[in-house]
Amino acid sequence: MSATFEAFKTRAEAVSAEVHRFATQAEALHFILGFLREAGVSDAPQCGAVWAAGSFLDGVGTADLRLRAPGLRFEVTQEASAAAKVGISQLDWAIAGTGTLVQDATAVDKRLVSTLPPIHLALLGTDRILADMGSVLERLRPEQINYISFITGPSRTADIERVLTIGVHGPERLLIVVVDAFEKVPA
Amino acid sequence: MTTQFQESIETALNNGNLTGALGRFSEAYRISRAKAYEGIDFEAVRDQIADIKCSASSRFEELAEQFKLNAESRGAKVFRTADPAQVKQYILDLAKAKGVQRVVKSKSMASEEIHLNKALEQAGIEVDETDLGEWIIQLAHQTPSHMVMPAIHMTKEEVAEVFSQEVEAGQAPDIPKLVKFARAKLRPKFLQADMGITGANIAVAESGSLVIVTNEGNARLVSTLPNIHVAIVGIEKLVALVKDIQPILTALPRSATGQLLTSYVSILSGQVPNPDGSPKELHIILMDNHRSDMAKDPMFKEALQCIRCATCLNVCPVFRLVGGHVFGKTYTGGIGTILTAWFDELKKAEDIQGLCIQCGSCVPVCPGKIDIPGLILELRRRLVVEKGQSLAMKAIFGVVNNRRLFHSMLRMASVTQKPFKQGRFIRHLPLFLSDMTDFRSLPAVAAVPFRDTVKAIAQPKGGEKVAFYAGCLIDFCYPEMGESLVKILNKAGIEVIFPDEQTCCGAPARYNGAYEVAAQNARDNIKALLATEVSHVVSACPTCTVALKHDFLETFKSLGVTDALAEAQQLAAKTIDFSSLVKKLVDEGRLTFKEGETLDKITYHDSCHLKRTLKASDEPRELLKQAGHEIAEMYECDTCCGMAGSYSLKLPEISAPILERKLKHIKNTGAATVAMDCPGCVMQIRGGLDKDGAPIQAEHTAELLSDRFL
Repeated sequence: MSATFEAFKTRAEAVSAEVHRFATQAEALHFILGFLREAGVSDAPQCGAVWAAGSFLDGVGTADLRLRAPGLRFEVTQEASAAAKVGISQLDWAIAGTGTLVQDATAVDKRLVSTLPPIHLALLGTDRILADMGSVLERLRPEQINYISFITGPSRTADIERVLTIGVHGPERLLIVVVDAFEKVPA
Repeated sequence: MTTQFQESIETALNNGNLTGALGRFSEAYRISRAKAYEGIDFEAVRDQIADIKCSASSRFEELAEQFKLNAESRGAKVFRTADPAQVKQYILDLAKAKGVQRVVKSKSMASEEIHLNKALEQAGIEVDETDLGEWIIQLAHQTPSHMVMPAIHMTKEEVAEVFSQEVEAGQAPDIPKLVKFARAKLRPKFLQADMGITGANIAVAESGSLVIVTNEGNARLVSTLPNIHVAIVGIEKLVALVKDIQPILTALPRSATGQLLTSYVSILSGQVPNPDGSPKELHIILMDNHRSDMAKDPMFKEALQCIRCATCLNVCPVFRLVGGHVFGKTYTGGIGTILTAWFDELKKAEDIQGLCIQCGSCVPVCPGKIDIPGLILELRRRLVVEKGQSLAMKAIFGVVNNRRLFHSMLRMASVTQKPFKQGRFIRHLPLFLSDMTDFRSLPAVAAVPFRDTVKAIAQPKGGEKVAFYAGCLIDFCYPEMGESLVKILNKAGIEVIFPDEQTCCGAPARYNGAYEVAAQNARDNIKALLATEVSHVVSACPTCTVALKHDFLETFKSLGVTDALAEAQQLAAKTIDFSSLVKKLVDEGRLTFKEGETLDKITYHDSCHLKRTLKASDEPRELLKQAGHEIAEMYECDTCCGMAGSYSLKLPEISAPILERKLKHIKNTGAATVAMDCPGCVMQIRGGLDKDGAPIQAEHTAELLSDRFL
């Protein structure tokens, strides 16, 4: 698994994603709360953070999180997402060969938090990293899922003089928080 | 050629920003593409893609119906039409029924093909392109110059000026700031739009899915925020199965932009919820617009294997000089020439098809395995059938097809050229012919052609016989190349016979669409070359070799000629190029190099037909190294020199800058000699070096090798 993770990390970082790995969910949560503070997330206008539902939040007291991170909300709307600095969502799978995150994005809140805010923080279980796209498409089947998103690094363009510029319409930063013990809910 | 077209070429060539940007891009592209394909078996991937797309275009009707059924069962509405007018009407009716006032679009070539924006604007609907390049083009009231990078022809200064004039005054030519500005100005448009319009890169029949590839993330917003999503999809985007997605997505980003994968890929299948929780209206328009006519054409069906990566633009030595606008309003470059002829009309391709220099650079890198130059040649042929050949060309082919007249005219030329001749060159021609000698000197016609000098050579008799096909340039301009070849083969104990009845190889006629003339040339040559029993037919001109080995057969097939096919095959099997034959003789121990020779450092220019059709690039290098030369490789050693037969006469303004680049790369190696295997390339490069004054010799490999064997 470590080799797969390293391959994924190398590829993701090559396309300007920031990859952080933690052993436990508690450590990951600690990092996320610290990051939100550093990013200036607060109750002030245009300074919020939105977190789309996912299994990472099972058993985590969202009311408690709200207290510890002012400006963070779990009711995802277009308005809240458009006004947020950070969007957080959980990704289903990743592809080591290209550094790609993959998600069943049928639920609109998952798309709102990963498209509108300038920073997208993506949560991923370490054991969710697969070798290639084919392996992912066997697990997330377009025959059954109405919207599948593949995300490889932040939004980018080279449309002016071919100069690579990060952050056009989508996020200008993509943080990937990889958690080894995803299922172990902190007490 | 229309004056308007001629002017558009001149405007492009004089646009330093354009040629500079495209030149730099084409250089960087080669490197990034190669890096992106590391560890990938490109041949295997493109075999898969060609199979997937070829099989799909054989059953468009079935796949379109299957797609419709599956997408509709998942909540989409699918509208199928052959007619671009109906596509526009459908969208206008929908917009009216739903009270749509604002539309945001992500990139869709199909929408540009039918000029959708104009129709929406005329109906009073505000429409904004959101792909940065497309938005710039829209604001500048231009059309895309490249399928993947629509605004590649503009500088940041020009973009800043467009933004300042059209959106908000005072924008500085600073790229990150310009990008931020676009984000800030387009964000409210995404949030307020009532309808989002996208294209699609793949449509999967099995699941009713659309696959959309972007880097900016605009397609995700367009397909998420507005309550209505309309996708316009050309039916050539259809594939049968979900598993067909992966090979296409393996090649598309790698070939298009040198990326392993674009930032975003979305697979949309049916309805999804809107931000307000209501189900989104999804309308998918499957547009035909002559694609099924193409699928029924046995030759052009292949062009439907295109995945719109624009590699054929990026590697094209002509595109990087003239850019996209010369090609027309929507589809540009090599594949664009073909698509324009079908989606628009054949007549529209009349001028632009002539831009193809037939160098074949796009063939080995096309992920859809499309023979783009071959199809452009077929367009040329059909245009000639439909519109006839120009009088001047008719006169020329009249001569070429009459061997005696042709040959006596060439002999006459050696006399009439005298006033213009200086040594082995013609440096200036008067009046309208002066274009031909503007940028390179032309070779003087030899006083005695090879067909006469060969008779004086004493050759070994009674052993193996090889027939030599000289071709016009060696026969009448460069007999010394032929003499070198005879000398070398004689060393191996081979007698070289020269069948006197051989005539023009037909390449000039074929490359100008005059297939009937080419077919007569083929018949005459087959008869002449098969008259005596020989082990090989050898040529020291790759274009002639390709004619004998491939084109005779192709020409017959195109014209439905069957009576001469068997003989053409017989000739093809015997035909071999000079370097491959000599390499074979060396490997068999029948030719031995003189030992201990240390010769000059040289550089080698790969001729288009030798490298890409005959696949011989190692053979001449190997021979030259074994002879004692050190080879200093030049940059872009296999890029066309700009000669391409009559191309350099028809479009000298394009041929000249291509040659200029080639000369620069030759000079940069510091070698005193540039070797090549093609007398046409010798004519172009030697003539260019003569005009340039550079102290570098351009020689045929045969000449360099003639004294190197024991």
